[in-house]
Amino acid sequence: MCVGIPGRIITVDDPEHRLATVDVGGVRRKINIACIVDEAHPPEACIGDWVLIHVGFAMSRIDEEEAQKTLELLRELGEMDAELEAMHAFDRAR
Amino acid sequence: MKFIDEFRDPAKAKALVRHINTLVTKIPRPGGRPLQLMEVCGGHTHSIFKYGIAQLLPEAIELVHGPGCPVCVLPMGRVDDCVALAEHPNVIFTTFGDAMRVPGSRKSLLQAKAEGADVRMVYSPMDALALARAHPDREVVFFALGFETTMPSTALTVLQAEAEGIENFSVFCNHITIIPVIKAILDSPDLSLDGFLGPGHVSMVIGSSPYEFIARHYHRPLVIAGFEPIDILQSVWMVVKQLAEGRCEVENQYQRLVPHAGNRVALEAIHRVFELRPWFEWRGLGSIDHSGVRLRESFAHLDAERRFSVPNLKIADPKSCQCGEVLKGVIKPWQCKVFGTACTPETPLGSLMVSSEGACAAVYQYGRIDLAEVVRQREAVAAGRQPVGAGSS
Ligand code: SF4
Repeated sequence: MCVGIPGRIITVDDPEHRLATVDVGGVRRKINIACIVDEAHPPEACIGDWVLIHVGFAMSRIDEEEAQKTLELLRELGEMDAELEAMHAFDRAR
Repeated sequence: MKFIDEFRDPAKAKALVRHINTLVTKIPRPGGRPLQLMEVCGGHTHSIFKYGIAQLLPEAIELVHGPGCPVCVLPMGRVDDCVALAEHPNVIFTTFGDAMRVPGSRKSLLQAKAEGADVRMVYSPMDALALARAHPDREVVFFALGFETTMPSTALTVLQAEAEGIENFSVFCNHITIIPVIKAILDSPDLSLDGFLGPGHVSMVIGSSPYEFIARHYHRPLVIAGFEPIDILQSVWMVVKQLAEGRCEVENQYQRLVPHAGNRVALEAIHRVFELRPWFEWRGLGSIDHSGVRLRESFAHLDAERRFSVPNLKIADPKSCQCGEVLKGVIKPWQCKVFGTACTPETPLGSLMVSSEGACAAVYQYGRIDLAEVVRQREAVAAGRQPVGAGSS
């Protein structure tokens, strides 16, 4: 929960509500990008950004190298599967 | 455990360990006691055990595992409140998976679910809100927990629910805030900590300035640290260097992610939605002033605590649990009377055994502990005899 997971923004689906789709290790999921958007970096500019995601919210932009290192760390810590699994928990919860 | 050659940059890791070894000899240690550095964040605790970082450090440095795992410090009474909410006939109770197994005084959420309560695991508060949209005839309660890292996500979800006028959604708020608990630890009479590794992702939200008082008033260095093993080693080196040079400052090893001022949007959302509670109860640590938040009056209709009646009882931890002493660094996890016997990851008595970020679970999983030996020594100490040899981490 505390380490978050890196993903890459594929599309910005609803700029007004700050909703985007990310790719996380090949898995797609809708996230909120409010915290990484400002005047200098509007929602439309976020496509292609690597971001660090905590519970469905992008909390920081990161560079690709940082993203890859963090993904590797999560794999080594054995948390990658749990995170990906959790991302889909909701599909089953409906 | 991982050995230093398996680090992504072994040369750098080796150099850091060498520097740390040299610096440590320059720091006065009255009575030869080890320097105690606390990593506040549970993510760091997990990395430290997984990579055997404590074993790479000289014996003169001891890492103390702090209270930064939100699941671990959730008091039993609050888990009981969750269960009570979940057992409400019309409620869909939504929670992060980590919280399912935390023991309450009667049962955990997992047990409540097995007995028929509608408990559903979600990844994000947004999922809980989507459930509320999908089930207008049901009451959807989201179990919000975590430090400042996850607080913005709850705040933004509350604002979204408000904007859409969703009426069947509410939040059971258990968010806690990091600064008051660090202050409580610094104020505790048995304090023996020499420095801190600051939490990386909490700081991404709050920035580095809120920690300044630790250096100014308590004269302890703090270094905000990343989660990679090399980040942790480098941060230890930075703390030790400050101690060797007689400095106490807030330094930021994790500058690539932690801006000095934090995240403006996240902080604004937090301030709009939450207010400080007069006090909040922590498992093992007791009540700490201003250490939790709740929804502001203007969002009362979205607050599960005001909408439903929850028992809100203070439940003492089982007598055999020593989670508080472990959290404050007074004893090591394996010195707890029930570690590895009555309390294991499969049958957790205390919450430090539940999450992989809890110190007890981490020691149990990676600590290479000889359990029979630990139990023998514990019994020897209990019987008043001198233990033979020392427990290992
Ligand atoms: S072994 Fe169990 S009861 Fe003892 S401190 Fe750890 S979690 Fe708490």
